[in-house]
Amino acid sequence: QDDNWGETTTVVTGTSEHSISHDDITRITKDMEDSAHLDCSRHLGVSLAGALALLAFLTPLAFMLLPQLLWREELEPCGTPCEGLFISVAFKLLILLLGSWALFFRRPKAFFPRVFVFRALLMVLVFLLVVSYWLFYGVRILDSRDRNYQGVVQYAVSLVDALLFVHYLAVVLLELRQLQPQFTLKAVRSADGASRFYNVGHLSIQRAAVWILENYYHDFPVYNPALLNLPKSVLSKKMSGFKVYSLGEENSTNNSTGQSRAVIAAAARRRDNSHNEYYYEEAEHERRVRKRRARLVVAVEEAFTHIKRLQEDDQKNPREIMDPREAAQAIFASMARAMQKYLRTTKQQPYHTMESILQHLEFCITHDMTPKVRGVMRYLTAGPTIQYHKDRWLAKQWTLVSEEPVTNGLKDGVVFVLKRQDFSLVVSTKKIPFFKLSEEFVDPKSHKFVMRLQSETSV
Amino acid sequence: LFLVSFQQRIEIHKLRQGDNLILGFSIGGGIDQDPTQNPFSEDKTDKGIYVTRVTEGGPAEVAGLQIGDKIMQVNGWDMTMVTHDQARKRLTKRNEEVVRLLVTRQSLQKAVQQSMMS
Repeated sequence: QDDNWGETTTVVTGTSEHSISHDDITRITKDMEDSAHLDCSRHLGVSLAGALALLAFLTPLAFMLLPQLLWREELEPCGTPCEGLFISVAFKLLILLLGSWALFFRRPKAFFPRVFVFRALLMVLVFLLVVSYWLFYGVRILDSRDRNYQGVVQYAVSLVDALLFVHYLAVVLLELRQLQPQFTLKAVRSADGASRFYNVGHLSIQRAAVWILENYYHDFPVYNPALLNLPKSVLSKKMSGFKVYSLGEENSTNNSTGQSRAVIAAAARRRDNSHNEYYYEEAEHERRVRKRRARLVVAVEEAFTHIKRLQEDDQKNPREIMDPREAAQAIFASMARAMQKYLRTTKQQPYHTMESILQHLEFCITHDMTPKVRGVMRYLTAGPTIQYHKDRWLAKQWTLVSEEPVTNGLKDGVVFVLKRQDFSLVVSTKKIPFFKLSEEFVDPKSHKFVMRLQSETSV
Repeated sequence: LFLVSFQQRIEIHKLRQGDNLILGFSIGGGIDQDPTQNPFSEDKTDKGIYVTRVTEGGPAEVAGLQIGDKIMQVNGWDMTMVTHDQARKRLTKRNEEVVRLLVTRQSLQKAVQQSMMS
């Protein structure tokens, strides 16, 4: 027994509001490093792709221009066929440009931890294509100074055709393949068990993760840590447990599991009424919420009866005419108290500042929504995360935890986890079953019916 | 496992009434009928032929046929899997004056069971 424990123990106190603890500093620097690292490699990938695209685009033009520049006098004249080919090259390049713009030049919606396999594959393909074309061009045409200009132009046209086919391949690999649903993903939030199911096609794990996240923000109700804890009155009763003393046994290291089992068994046998308390607490809370909600609904309905839209032929002096913002402020006062009490009871008050409430009221007033829809509904249920103010609740940094490499495709039974600091989304995959549909032909004339009989015949 | 059937043989002599030979009872049931409406059957999926009425003083009553009897055979012909009309035809053959029925009866079954138990 150490009687000097008062001097030898160190106590870690909480940090004051104006100081930053060591943890905060490490977290901030880690965030900064991560984002810097991300930007760097992201830009590298994009610039590489851009350079390759530019090279591929300019190559056919170069093929056609170089003979003109280098050995113009020796070229055979080429009339209508060449002009036709020039026009086709021009249009094909235009189509390629538009198609590439539509397909590739979009703001990336997420940063993937690993290289996107299909995109890398396509880039390699384009690179090989262009390089091989240049090789042949250099050897066959530049070195030997081919005179047949039509042949050169046709060579350039064939490259443009090949590029268009690569673009078609890109469309199929990047866009079309994932459209047909093949897997059902179940996303469960670890903190409160909210779950959703989604149908996806063939995707890699990282792309499936991004898909899930996109849907998470508008499907899952916002994570409210205040709602998760059991009321304190219920929990405190559970704290007193049993203490097990071993009398006279010095080598009791092996008995620790036996001891803990004994403690658990004894605790289970003891009559435990905390479930009762929990039930009554829940019922009481439910009743309170409903009462406050009723008050809120009445207050809102009443408040909205005070304003109406200005009709064209109403005669009102200018001082009385308000814009939506002022109208919102005018009626906010009458429902503020009821709303505040309701939010406090449902523990939603961190999510709604007065500013956001006023903005929402303004929105509702402008668009003439009925009171039931407007103020009240939005606050009654915890809505999906995306409807709350962006900066506060939308976090962009998620961590993907997976046992398989994240560029692998989805397979039946794959489980991966998307982690945030205070909760995580566990996603499990199931293959959509193979349906065997068989056909049965029903002749419309075969629908015939008779009455149910119970005849009685005398004999 | 052995099945014991509690059956009785009843011989009815048809009565001539004008141009017809009548037996003096009515039948219900058949495989084309609705078995759930049969008030006499114990098993409501039983589609057999049951006696629904017995005319007083008629040949059937004289021979001992009772209301609620299930007719199993008529002159050797099986009656457990026939349509209502087939049953009627088998009972009203013009060239037969005597019909020998094999019937089973719930009260009969219960009597035998009681005697077996005691």
